[in-house]
Amino acid sequence: MKYAWLLIAALLLGACEQARTPLYLPSSEEYPQKLSAWGVLQQRDGHLQPVEGVQPYDLNTPLFTDYAHKLRTIWLPEGSQARYGEARFDYPLGTVLSKTFYYPIDTQGRLQRSEQHGAEAVELRRVRLIETRILLRQEQGWVALPYVWDDAQREATLDWAGASFDLALHDEAGEVLAVDYQVPDANQCAGCHEEQAGKGVQPLGPKARHLNKDFAYVDGAANQLLHWQNIGFLQGMPADMASVPRNALWSAPREGEGLEHQARSYLDANCSHCHNPEGPGRTSGLYLDPATPLSIAYGLCKQPVAAGKGSGDRLVDIHPGAPEKSVLSFRLHSTDPSIMMPELGRSTSHREGLEVIDRWIASLDGEC
Amino acid sequence: MRLAAPSFIALSLLLTACGEGEAPPVANLDFQKQLQTQLIKAKPGEVIEIPAGTWQLDRSLSLKVSGVTLRGAGMDQSILNFKGQKSGAEGLLVNASDFTIEDLALEDTKGDALKVVGGQNIIIRRVRTEWTNGPATENGAYGIYPVQTENVLIDGVVAIGASDAGIYVGQSRNVVVRNSRAERNVAGIEIENTIGADVYDNVAIGNTGGILVFNMPNLPQPGHTTRVYRNKVESNNHKNFGHKGTPVASVPAGSGVLVNSNDKVEIFDNDIGDHRTANVIVSSYFSTGYTDLSTEADFDPYPEAIHIHGNRFGPGGDSPDNLELKALRLAKFGLNGRLPDILWDGYVNPEKLVDGKLPAELAICIDNGDAGIVNVDGPGGYKNISTDIEPHRCELPRLPAVELHAALAEAGE
Repeated sequence: MKYAWLLIAALLLGACEQARTPLYLPSSEEYPQKLSAWGVLQQRDGHLQPVEGVQPYDLNTPLFTDYAHKLRTIWLPEGSQARYGEARFDYPLGTVLSKTFYYPIDTQGRLQRSEQHGAEAVELRRVRLIETRILLRQEQGWVALPYVWDDAQREATLDWAGASFDLALHDEAGEVLAVDYQVPDANQCAGCHEEQAGKGVQPLGPKARHLNKDFAYVDGAANQLLHWQNIGFLQGMPADMASVPRNALWSAPREGEGLEHQARSYLDANCSHCHNPEGPGRTSGLYLDPATPLSIAYGLCKQPVAAGKGSGDRLVDIHPGAPEKSVLSFRLHSTDPSIMMPELGRSTSHREGLEVIDRWIASLDGEC
Repeated sequence: MRLAAPSFIALSLLLTACGEGEAPPVANLDFQKQLQTQLIKAKPGEVIEIPAGTWQLDRSLSLKVSGVTLRGAGMDQSILNFKGQKSGAEGLLVNASDFTIEDLALEDTKGDALKVVGGQNIIIRRVRTEWTNGPATENGAYGIYPVQTENVLIDGVVAIGASDAGIYVGQSRNVVVRNSRAERNVAGIEIENTIGADVYDNVAIGNTGGILVFNMPNLPQPGHTTRVYRNKVESNNHKNFGHKGTPVASVPAGSGVLVNSNDKVEIFDNDIGDHRTANVIVSSYFSTGYTDLSTEADFDPYPEAIHIHGNRFGPGGDSPDNLELKALRLAKFGLNGRLPDILWDGYVNPEKLVDGKLPAELAICIDNGDAGIVNVDGPGGYKNISTDIEPHRCELPRLPAVELHAALAEAGE
């Protein structure tokens, strides 16, 4: 009952719509059962939004999750800072990241299939909230916690074993896409977030190359990294922004962000957390991280090893000029759990993403 | 900790009573949630018991805590069935050390049944993995599948119907596979890119290939030093139902023990018989149908230091699963003839030849009564066939036994 007082406080505060401070939890495994107890998000004026001091953020090319939209936030304990690193940042003890998955709904309450645009708040009557994942930096490392929203969209509850939802997404053309949405269990969270095997969970999104973009803050658009630096969230930024890595901007690439950069950014966001020399996908010998050059190790003419039916009767991972001969494309297209990649986090395929990947493979020269 | 059983058993009885419908079985969602929560919250030293019964699950289970035992009431009693699985690429995924899984079955998983990635001091015993519809290309790839592990004991398991390998140990070190049965998989037991493996007292029967010792390119660890002994390897003539593009898809039906590109392999005291292609095949990566374009430069495709002695061979080689070999059998051995027990594709590393011969320590050595060998001359396009055993009359030093970590060896007795 340690958190009873917090809950009461949260309710009281919610009623008065006053600012409050997120939960600082550097140790202890007594995680709140209710999302509201984290004090990271609040419902205010019909919106779900970060509380004062919690920063929303967005990524250049994000991970695809069954077309779910995501509200991402970060909070650092008062007076602490993240340290810049080109590959990943060092976040201070007590850091709380949140990611809320939701779908926009139309006037008839039907879920919509659309691509996301970054937002600082979510209008509750226009969305269906599904889940919020908390990533918490404790003394023993990062901990991932899945919270599932109730039907009334008032509260989300910690569910260690995850959950699933049958959803139907409607697009503008009137097409309906069935989604077998899976909220991951805590182990599955860790399965993707353990970028280096045996070294524990790490945040995947808030890295320099993903964050290096403008965000529409209430007081105007600004580069997220510079904004973080300005508000004292981030230290050690290079003076020269040009030296900060930057993935391509999804669906609206900036000038100079060619097809290869787009494709590699997509594979980075969707695959490289497992497929890197230290990651859970290392056993395949296929590395799709930004540091691996386009080579056998990146899949070029590489024979799959233990793909099983994931090979799709194709002989190599990436066959230049021929997506239809490439295992990579086959596995991204598939929705069969024993074939598809990524293994978790989607039950549909990402048409728009695949279009980019296939177009890129088709553009490659050479033979196997 | 024991899962509350009675109500679920009643439920599963009801479900099985409904019989085989087209619709996937209804998952025991409460059981699934409870078990997965236990696996997440487990502490080192904890024993998690799976009660007797058939439990329908629709998403993968996973364990990341070290020092845990997962125990059922028997491989035909406690059955986790994944027919209709909606998410997850395997039945149970373990990423932990010092764990034991025993006395249960994993059935009809969408992908691999039991995958263990990383970790050491691992015991898997009396576990059955099975695709109950029998051999089929749409079955999951691997039954028991530890990869990049160390100090592993696989004892008394049963693996049936995998579309790749029933028991597959990859990129590991110090492994024992014993007292186990692999049946009607593409590969029965496969040791791949592994350093130090003992495979003994097993039965491999009715697979496409019985026991495989492979090295594949483009992986962090090449393997060597495997002993295959006292096994019964019989009638592995099943049509290959592997997926094109996977290494095992190139295994000819009717292969008993197959060594590919691996070094220091000792095959002795086995009963190997009734294989229509060959009782023992020794081959290089060049015979797998892949070009060297997709191979990293440091890969060694040649099988070297292969020692075959004291096996008991039954009939074999009467109907090879390969056009060239079929023609070869007819031409060389006649209408009713058969290929010798040992078949070699004939590739040697030209850089290692001394006076046109492989140094003794790298040779394929045969000391196996009247068992013969055929060198099918792969490099020469199957033209210069030879059955001369003289170059193979040699001996190699016996390989050392795998010694498991003391605690593991003790637990295994």
